[in-house]
Amino acid sequence: MTQQSPANVEFRQVGKALTRTDAPGKTTGRTPYAGDYAMPGMLHAKVLRAPAASARLKRIDASKARALEGVACVLTGPDLPDRLAPTDIPGQTGQKRMDTGQPILVRDRVRYFGEPLALIAAETRDIAEKAMELIDYELEPVPGVYDPEAALRPGAPIVQGKDNVVASQKMRKGDIGKGFAAADLIVESTYTSQFIEHAFLEPEVGLAWVDENEVINIRVATQVIEHFRGIADAIGVPHNKVRIRGAMVGGGFGGKEDVTVETYLAVLAKHTMRPVRLEFTREDSFLGHGKRHPFRMTYKTGVKKDGTITALEVRMLADAGAYVFLSPYVLLYAAVAAPGPYRVDNLFVDGKAVATNNMFTSAFRGFGGAQACIAYEQQMDEVAAALGMDRIEFRRRNYLKTGEMLATGVPIQSAVWTEECVDRAMAALGAPSEAPHPAARIGRGVAAYQQSYGRITWLHDTSECWVGVEVDGTVVVRSGVTDIGAGQISALGQIAAELLGVGLDDVVIYNSDSAVTPLAGTTTATRALYMTGNACRMAAATLRERLVERAAASFGVAPGDVDMAGNRAFVIGRPDTSMPFVDLVKLCAADGVHRSELAIFRAPFTDPIDPETGQGQVHPDYTYGAHAVEVAVDIETGEVTVLKSIGAHDVGQAINPAAVEGQIEGGAAQGQGYALSEEMLYEEGRLVTPSFSEYLMPTSMDMPLVQSIILESRSGLGPFGAKGIGEPSLTPVAPAIANAVADAIGTRVFELPITPERVVNAIGEKQGVQT
Amino acid sequence: MAREKTLTLKINGRRETATLPSHRTLLEALRGMGHVEVKSGCEKGDCGACAVLVDGAAVDSCLTLAWTVEGRAITTVAGLGDADSPHPLQQAFADTGAAQCGYCTPGLIVAAQSMLNDNPDPDEDDIRLALGGNLCRCTGYTKVFEAVGQAAMAMKARGGDS
Repeated sequence: MTQQSPANVEFRQVGKALTRTDAPGKTTGRTPYAGDYAMPGMLHAKVLRAPAASARLKRIDASKARALEGVACVLTGPDLPDRLAPTDIPGQTGQKRMDTGQPILVRDRVRYFGEPLALIAAETRDIAEKAMELIDYELEPVPGVYDPEAALRPGAPIVQGKDNVVASQKMRKGDIGKGFAAADLIVESTYTSQFIEHAFLEPEVGLAWVDENEVINIRVATQVIEHFRGIADAIGVPHNKVRIRGAMVGGGFGGKEDVTVETYLAVLAKHTMRPVRLEFTREDSFLGHGKRHPFRMTYKTGVKKDGTITALEVRMLADAGAYVFLSPYVLLYAAVAAPGPYRVDNLFVDGKAVATNNMFTSAFRGFGGAQACIAYEQQMDEVAAALGMDRIEFRRRNYLKTGEMLATGVPIQSAVWTEECVDRAMAALGAPSEAPHPAARIGRGVAAYQQSYGRITWLHDTSECWVGVEVDGTVVVRSGVTDIGAGQISALGQIAAELLGVGLDDVVIYNSDSAVTPLAGTTTATRALYMTGNACRMAAATLRERLVERAAASFGVAPGDVDMAGNRAFVIGRPDTSMPFVDLVKLCAADGVHRSELAIFRAPFTDPIDPETGQGQVHPDYTYGAHAVEVAVDIETGEVTVLKSIGAHDVGQAINPAAVEGQIEGGAAQGQGYALSEEMLYEEGRLVTPSFSEYLMPTSMDMPLVQSIILESRSGLGPFGAKGIGEPSLTPVAPAIANAVADAIGTRVFELPITPERVVNAIGEKQGVQT
Repeated sequence: MAREKTLTLKINGRRETATLPSHRTLLEALRGMGHVEVKSGCEKGDCGACAVLVDGAAVDSCLTLAWTVEGRAITTVAGLGDADSPHPLQQAFADTGAAQCGYCTPGLIVAAQSMLNDNPDPDEDDIRLALGGNLCRCTGYTKVFEAVGQAAMAMKARGGDS
């Protein structure tokens, strides 16, 4: 499956921690983000949001707002066409899965707190804010439901569908009854996780205008420029009349995967025929995009005394919130990930995603796989303790190995280095730390994982990239891929530079324009490097062949004898027989040799899995690794301090090791917040944590120096054997911390986040039982 | 209408004039004058993305009224250096990979410079404390600490030469 690099290419650019192409602009403030663009005559937009989670909109009257001087346009639900906002999975194949739409603006029913009621465009932001206050509306409360278990009960208020179940997912393998019958010991626990906010530092923002071809252009912070199609459908124009132009994105993490401001901007620009800018406030951002799904996961594991897992039964319940969005896919990921990187011959998984009047939930780094890991890795520690076995040894007896079958009944495509990663991460913890004070207890924890990279294979994912050489010897890469901060485009530059024998400084990458850069697909699902990196590699390799052939003709040798490096083409072993790269390009230009190439990379295409058994291929491949931590828990205050945090991951091949470390370090921080401090809190659906002073992410005072251990099996399906690391880096962190806290205090907190209050309560309960 | 005043601001060493109402924040004023390198993250003083130096000390420009800083020296990240002649902090952030999405980077660099103005020889705890008001969601701060430490050493070495 993996494409082999040309035999005569040694790595000269790939695998090096080069300064990223985007770094100078970002560090000097020169890089324009979507919010930094302005146009003459630009209007400023605001979104009016419903201050209720479950209500009927009895009436809405915008006449006073429209009459305010400086107001250009006010739109309410009745003003918009009878179409739905795009909320289904974005992509290039246009595969529509189910009716997942949401009205662009509320027409009659408010289903979540903050659902948009009206759009305002005015000459200034001050006027738009004033106009918001002049919109007169009446909301009649309607009984809501705020807990997925309550939403499943007969007679519960219906939020979506006929019974609030927006998705179900089964996995069946072997014979669960026989598996438990063969067990010497059965352990059962329930683990829960919370609503999490992406909290990218750049709030959602965009600028839209209608151009001379009647095309609605939208400059926007997004992970997915392919949304132009869904936006066009929603506002009733042909697909070729909406153009998305991205910019460097100020963080995504899945939160800019769904459409955010684009549809509002498109309708306002269409109505006013003037440029319109919309920037969410932080509170708008918290109210305006989907959160990470809270999961309730019950795990029941059967084991033999020797540590062999004989059966695993898993029940998962996810809160989908008020609209469907990507819940079915998140649930699918969680179900597929349910057994983790372990051999489970008898498996039973039942998952449900259920609608409530809470904020809708959708994509977030880890995408269900992270939630599953929180459960399976805590369960592994609990089973090991019940067996009286070392928790690493217990895992070792059950790891999936290279060449084995996944729980979905298909063979693993790449190397499985789970054991190496766990052992390396644990070893790097070193000698135990001294307790910093008498009330502190030191604990250690580890979590292993299996996390996909690349999209679901029945989405038939493709990615395009164009590589060309200018006559002065500089290189141009064009690809629609969005860069959300992980170095997506700089990696393409390294790949092209590698194959063309030039420096990264010689390459410019144009990206993120749905009309003029070849469509590369979404920057989601840990797919950008795998998919677009492969497309770039293919295009550059074809170009390289043509250049080498022309150089070989000049040198009078066979093409296989020619290499390119250091901006020169030369005969291998005869460095004196060489020419500057720029001269070779000029020769090609004079001869009419095609100096550019557009390549398309196709992921494996499969049919959907069997809905009754979950058997079949779901993802192209998986990344394996582990995270280990050491914590100090204050048993009097319940405060948890992370002392050491170490990620060990087999990334296949690091294209830029500094960027890989950046993912591991950032994943460690997000996972630490997930474990200990972060929670979007809703009371009867109303957000009670609307700012960064209530929603608490790790700061510079909270994070230890994160250590990254990069392993390279070169076995992945990405360019040069790369796997993906964006999502995988986060997945094992929260359960590793949960396990470390349990190790420190001798009892477990089953709910995330592990707040000081919960720690103190858990200690108190344990002592209560003992006395 | 809100009261307006024409004031002269000293931004990155140059005098610029703007007519602003009394409630206009420095963040809004700077961005409105084209200094879009100053980023807006929360407008509540929680995140530090909008930090600028006022007479060498970092402030959240979203919490500072433009009228109150007339005549004082305002420095944004763009005033510290540029791509051809980067400030040691800018160079170190780029070299170490401390900028990922880059949106918090201007504020982090400004906060680090503010600390270095007072303390040219910071240890890790000093750096952590100085950056405590700057949220970053991408990096986990590891490379940020490394970059600030590297820059401090480079600046000391440079200072020692002169």
